[in-house]
Amino acid sequence: MLKQIEGSEAVAASVALCRPEVICAYPISPQTHIVEALGRMVATGELSRCEFINVESEFAAMSVAIGASATGARAYTATASQGLLFMAEAVFNAAGLGLPIVMTLANRAIGAPINIWNDHSDAMALRDCGWIQLFAESNQEACDMHLQAFRLAEELSLPVMVCMDGFILTHAVERVDLPTQQQVDAWLPPYEPRQLLDPADPVSIGAMVGPEAFMEVRYLAHVKQRQALELIPAWAAEFRDLFAREAGGLVRSYRCEDADTIVVALGSVLGTLKDTVDELRDAGAKLGVLGIHCFRPWPFDAVRAALEHARRIVVVEKSLAVGLGGIFANNIRGAYGGPPEHVHTVVAGLGGRAIPRASLRRLLENAMAGKLERLNFLDLDQALVDRALAREQSVRRSGPIPEAVLRDIGVIAARPA
Amino acid sequence: MFEIRIHGRGGQGVVTAAELLSIAAFIEGRHAQAFPSFGSERMGAPVVAYCRIADREIRLREPVLAPQALIVQDPTLLHQVDVFSGLKRDGYMLINTSRSFEELGIGAFVSELEAARLGTVPATELALEHVGRPVPNAALLGGFAAICGQVSIDAVCAAIDERFSGRVANSNAIAARRAYQHVLAEREAIHAQAD
Repeated sequence: MLKQIEGSEAVAASVALCRPEVICAYPISPQTHIVEALGRMVATGELSRCEFINVESEFAAMSVAIGASATGARAYTATASQGLLFMAEAVFNAAGLGLPIVMTLANRAIGAPINIWNDHSDAMALRDCGWIQLFAESNQEACDMHLQAFRLAEELSLPVMVCMDGFILTHAVERVDLPTQQQVDAWLPPYEPRQLLDPADPVSIGAMVGPEAFMEVRYLAHVKQRQALELIPAWAAEFRDLFAREAGGLVRSYRCEDADTIVVALGSVLGTLKDTVDELRDAGAKLGVLGIHCFRPWPFDAVRAALEHARRIVVVEKSLAVGLGGIFANNIRGAYGGPPEHVHTVVAGLGGRAIPRASLRRLLENAMAGKLERLNFLDLDQALVDRALAREQSVRRSGPIPEAVLRDIGVIAARPA
Repeated sequence: MFEIRIHGRGGQGVVTAAELLSIAAFIEGRHAQAFPSFGSERMGAPVVAYCRIADREIRLREPVLAPQALIVQDPTLLHQVDVFSGLKRDGYMLINTSRSFEELGIGAFVSELEAARLGTVPATELALEHVGRPVPNAALLGGFAAICGQVSIDAVCAAIDERFSGRVANSNAIAARRAYQHVLAEREAIHAQAD
């Protein structure tokens, strides 16, 4: 049914349609509306046969999800930013134990400086934790990806993280087509665990593994995650047949057929990029967009094939590896079959900085004119940066950088001389 | 695509106004996207929310930088934040006030815009009278339906009905209809002067 609905509410409704049995919740912006909505549904009985557990921290949220999943319950939680970092140890354990938990990550920057707004630093910080990581472009896709995530998680016995841009998607009210319970039941079979804590048939889960077999267990985790590379596209096709719309998959190309330049991104900025590319196409430019919808496992072959005919790749990413540059872009550079110097990294939108069409248009025009560096920062206020660096040069006790920068742009009143 | 920016203060229902507007457009079969300028919410602090309305899927995720329409829920913002930033010359503007543009100190600015696309409505007074609380958002949307044809007054009231229930829904819908009538009457007066 078509609804005009907030992204968080829509995701909560989709998760409820997947019949979760345990939901662990600890509030953190911008994820809070999702678990609040699910909490309401459990309280009113709209979502039955589900236990909603308020926990005391994110570490507890993931730990309870691990326990619930090991006893055979379909388990769900959601978090963001510092919350993900706080549960990090348990996040790795969920993957290592092979428990099919589904978690929404409402992507948000990581401090310090503290910042509640959107970027992909949280997802990137834990990109190698062993979870499958999917990235939604719109609220419709965020909803659909949760349906796919539970099925994928339970088939492979691996946890799945559905990443959606905090605020930009979670707090946007837009049109979403929510499926019926019958449609979801036909798509997602009941959870049949591969491993189960069952008093009638006792096993232990979480053995210590020494040097004699640790390599093999880790290698098996790798093999299992790679199996998702077959399942994800196959199920995206099945999803399209059943629900009559595109969602998920490994990668999706937009107007790339004859493109010399392809711009690659994750998440909601893909929409703005498509509008920008339409404008530039109208002006005769040959460029297209590649959206990466599955980041882990890394779809090396699909990325390589999608970029095969392009001569120039522009990777727009909402993350920064300090001291290196791009994180996502380095994955792309490794998959691109052409010369690595043809792949340009563009760090954009950190900490909620808007990514306007006009800036993207200038960026892409520069790219096509051969004027991009290997590493670029979109809309960086260079003068502000230079003033901060000059202060560091001139005074030993230059003070904390964030406060000085805020004072410089007038957010904090200047101290009296 | 039609883009609207709503300015107000925390507690005035700015974000809800954008959401209601998007629901009204959705009810009329159109695509709409509403979102706030995200931040730490505080009562009284300046808040901005956006709404886009279009006949096809809206993919754009940038803030509304050059709005075709402005709704100002709190006229004390006019001289505090750059409310008019990016407003198109032929844009629409509705301000919650019982005073004139001259009295608000924006007479010179407003004289460069198209008079037929501007309106004022005492939305806070209407909300106090009908809703019993100084929450001007629903009334302003009624006024907005009168100055600009993007959403009808019936769709605005249907959206209010969908988002709220009982007395809150009814009283806000009445305030919206009263504001609608107020703006229509204001425009007739302008036309009469012009004739």
